[in-house]
Amino acid sequence: MVDLGLDNAARPPSRWIAGLRRGGSRLWVGAALVAVLVLVALAAPLMAPHDPLEQDLMSAQLPPAWSSGGDAAYWLGTDSLGRCVLSRLIYSARTAVAVALIAATLAAAIGIALGLIAGSFGGWIDQLTSRLIDVWMAFPPVLLSIVLAAVIGAGLTSVIAAIVVVDWTRFARVVRAETMVQLKRDYAAAARAIGLGRGGILRLEILPNLVPLVVTLLAVEMGIAILVEVILSFVGISVAGDTPTWGGMIAEGRQIVYQAPWIMALPIVCIILSVIGFNLLGDGLRMLLDPVQRR
Amino acid sequence: MTAALTVHDLHVAIGHRRSAANVLRGASLEVRAGEVRGLVGESGAGKSMLGRAVLGLLPANAVITGGTILFEGRDLVAMGEPERRGLLGRRIALIPQDPMTSLNPVKQVGAQIAALLRHHLALSKRDAFSRAVELLEEVAIREPRRVLQLYPHEMSGGMRQRVLIAMAFACDPSLVIADEPTTALDVTVQRQVLQLVERLRQRHGAAILFVTHDLGVVAKICRTMTVLQAGRVLEEGETADVLAKPRHPYTRALLAATPRADRPAEALRPVPQALIENLWAEAYRLDRQSAAATS
Amino acid sequence: MRWGEIIRRLVLIPPTLVGVAVIVFVLLRVVPGDPIAMMIPPGATAADIERLRAFYGLDQPILQQFFTWFGQVLSGNFGRSISVHQSVFELVRARLPATLELALLATLLAVGLGAITALIGIRLRGQRVEWLVDGGVGVFLAIPDFLWALILLLLFGVLIPLLPISGRIDPEIDITLHSNFYLLESLVTGRFGIANALLHHMILPAVALALPFSALLARILKASLAEAEDQDYAQIARARGYSRPRILLREVFPNALIPTVALGGVQITLLLGGTVLVERIFSYEGIGNMAIDAVINRDFPLIQGLILTFAVLFIALNLAVDLLVTLLDPRLRHG
Repeated sequence: MVDLGLDNAARPPSRWIAGLRRGGSRLWVGAALVAVLVLVALAAPLMAPHDPLEQDLMSAQLPPAWSSGGDAAYWLGTDSLGRCVLSRLIYSARTAVAVALIAATLAAAIGIALGLIAGSFGGWIDQLTSRLIDVWMAFPPVLLSIVLAAVIGAGLTSVIAAIVVVDWTRFARVVRAETMVQLKRDYAAAARAIGLGRGGILRLEILPNLVPLVVTLLAVEMGIAILVEVILSFVGISVAGDTPTWGGMIAEGRQIVYQAPWIMALPIVCIILSVIGFNLLGDGLRMLLDPVQRR
Repeated sequence: MTAALTVHDLHVAIGHRRSAANVLRGASLEVRAGEVRGLVGESGAGKSMLGRAVLGLLPANAVITGGTILFEGRDLVAMGEPERRGLLGRRIALIPQDPMTSLNPVKQVGAQIAALLRHHLALSKRDAFSRAVELLEEVAIREPRRVLQLYPHEMSGGMRQRVLIAMAFACDPSLVIADEPTTALDVTVQRQVLQLVERLRQRHGAAILFVTHDLGVVAKICRTMTVLQAGRVLEEGETADVLAKPRHPYTRALLAATPRADRPAEALRPVPQALIENLWAEAYRLDRQSAAATS
Repeated sequence: MRWGEIIRRLVLIPPTLVGVAVIVFVLLRVVPGDPIAMMIPPGATAADIERLRAFYGLDQPILQQFFTWFGQVLSGNFGRSISVHQSVFELVRARLPATLELALLATLLAVGLGAITALIGIRLRGQRVEWLVDGGVGVFLAIPDFLWALILLLLFGVLIPLLPISGRIDPEIDITLHSNFYLLESLVTGRFGIANALLHHMILPAVALALPFSALLARILKASLAEAEDQDYAQIARARGYSRPRILLREVFPNALIPTVALGGVQITLLLGGTVLVERIFSYEGIGNMAIDAVINRDFPLIQGLILTFAVLFIALNLAVDLLVTLLDPRLRHG
């Protein structure tokens, strides 16, 4: 018996632990940021010091509490109408998370459905869907969402519709490609050999393999949804009325940027942290789930 | 006269300290000026590593742990980078294994040859190109001027290998390392390539270290040969002697496994597994002995 | 042959544009939102409103409206803007050069910055500081162009007032230029004073547009360089006595450029799309800015014209990128 010197070889760690290590710091940092965001959104009524809609014109445009002229009652200052900036930031997180969740899920649902259809049926159905995707992607996305939101009118529905309509193609393209690849793989042929119909194959074989891909895309999509919502708010066609949104605060802040720069700067920080959080989460998830599935 | 290449007691290890594996275990060989020495062994025997070590092109995780490599009396291991770069491609050249991937795909072959000539010999553009034409004629490429304008993907594998041979001999090297140059070619092309290499060697007076696993090739072109296994030299000498009266059981086994025109195919016997295992076991034992000796 | 595919793409352009036109048209008509209602002055009678509606042809059935508009488009008439009362064609023609110049400047900046970053990154390959480059690129990539615009506006326009934050040029400066390509024309005719003033206004929006794109290019290029450097021909180049910098620049770079242009070039349409918001943020008078106003005012003819313009630009850019890839990769040319 040959001594191959394997005594010192390390025992392979469990797959999940290896995966978590692979996900690396990105996964944790991303998850932490997203968790904080969701927490703030859920606990808004408990966390906000003031009513975000309450105006106090005597205390308009106050700088943050730590700078000269600031007021301890308003930690991050007030806007032109005397509304508490901190409270508005917190409640804006609520809107952002709500929009992100709903819009991303809807976009995913539509995109995945169309992608599966195109990828598994092939032929002229695939051609038609691909043409549709191409035409859709010839639109400038920002413009398209602005057009949609403008014509549908202000409100949460239009924002969500705009995001979904613009970005479902992201899911569709990827799912279509992946479906086509998976269908060519051996296990799909094996499934066909034992008599599984197309629907069965999709459900039992393809969908489970798409899960890691979709989860990653969802995380990215939520980051994008937040950005689109910000854009629409900035342009003035997002949720109605006084409802605080980061984009709306930026738009107001832009007007008085020389006098009260913090009103524009603070929402930007919130947005950046949220988007980076979703991106890192998506990256970490991809690194975690991909190699496990593909090897 | 100083030998073209002297390798003495070379030790090369791969990997990090804990899981380091020895690839070369005290290998020694000598190639005299103008000599053609074959370096034979199975895959994993370490022959490519030896060639790479001579060229100073070991992979990032490999390191020379002992021994010397002298080129015309100069120490290659201790040499500084700029000095080595002056030698490589000029006085020491490489004929690589895979002609399909060894040429830059986006440059015309003429440009690649000329660049080499201008880099080492400081020729003018015009002189470099006419020299390139001469080189292509030496390797029996018809219509050299037309071929200079071609891209690698427009040429057959055999033609690409000729270009690589031409590039190896371009600057009149004293040592050429041929790393299994015929392995990726089919048999009819192999013969032509071997004839070419021999002819060029005679014209330029170079010494050749011919790395191969094919004893037939060694018999045809190599005056002397060295048998390498598990990083150790098992046998060496004049090819005619070694092949006629092999001393080491491994050499004998290799011969028995090599197809010959004067022997029926049924007489072929693969190298016995037990023999190989024993040789590896011996090698590992030597490793542990030397590790114990140094610690 | 690759050229055949290019011809095929060219042939597919008109149907794609028609598709775009149809979708836009339908979307605008089918969903609620009445442009006439937005522009009526107080005190208008019902008859006035009807006359206005008829003037813009909005009282006809939708299908008829579409064919009327389409027919006009084919003869070069893009209609009249409802909010600005000028020919859509003239409006677009007046503002398009501004956006094109901005996009061009941004692209040049992005390509330069991206290439330098990638080369630095590949130089540091395998060393500890490499993650710094990768991390920096990741952050720059995550922040979209309009956020960069806001950040740059805050930093260099307000907090450290270095640069102007609105308009294309100071109103006081006298411009007697023939075309609307202010920057190009002033550079070509040697009016460097004007060019300087123009650049002062363009630099912040251009950098905002360029940063995410440059990060994307840097990431793709660095990955391509790394992959190409591991290929056989690059390793064998070392056996020829070439130094690593030489191999990176002269052997590996031309190869790495191909996937970079293929993957990254496609994203250049994102840069163009970004002009919509960035121009708005800096009050820069290009078609992006105009588009937002058009939408807010429900100015159908202008919206249609602008979306068609963007679509044409997108398609042209994609085609140009594909042509560039064919030029760079000799393997694609010979089929």
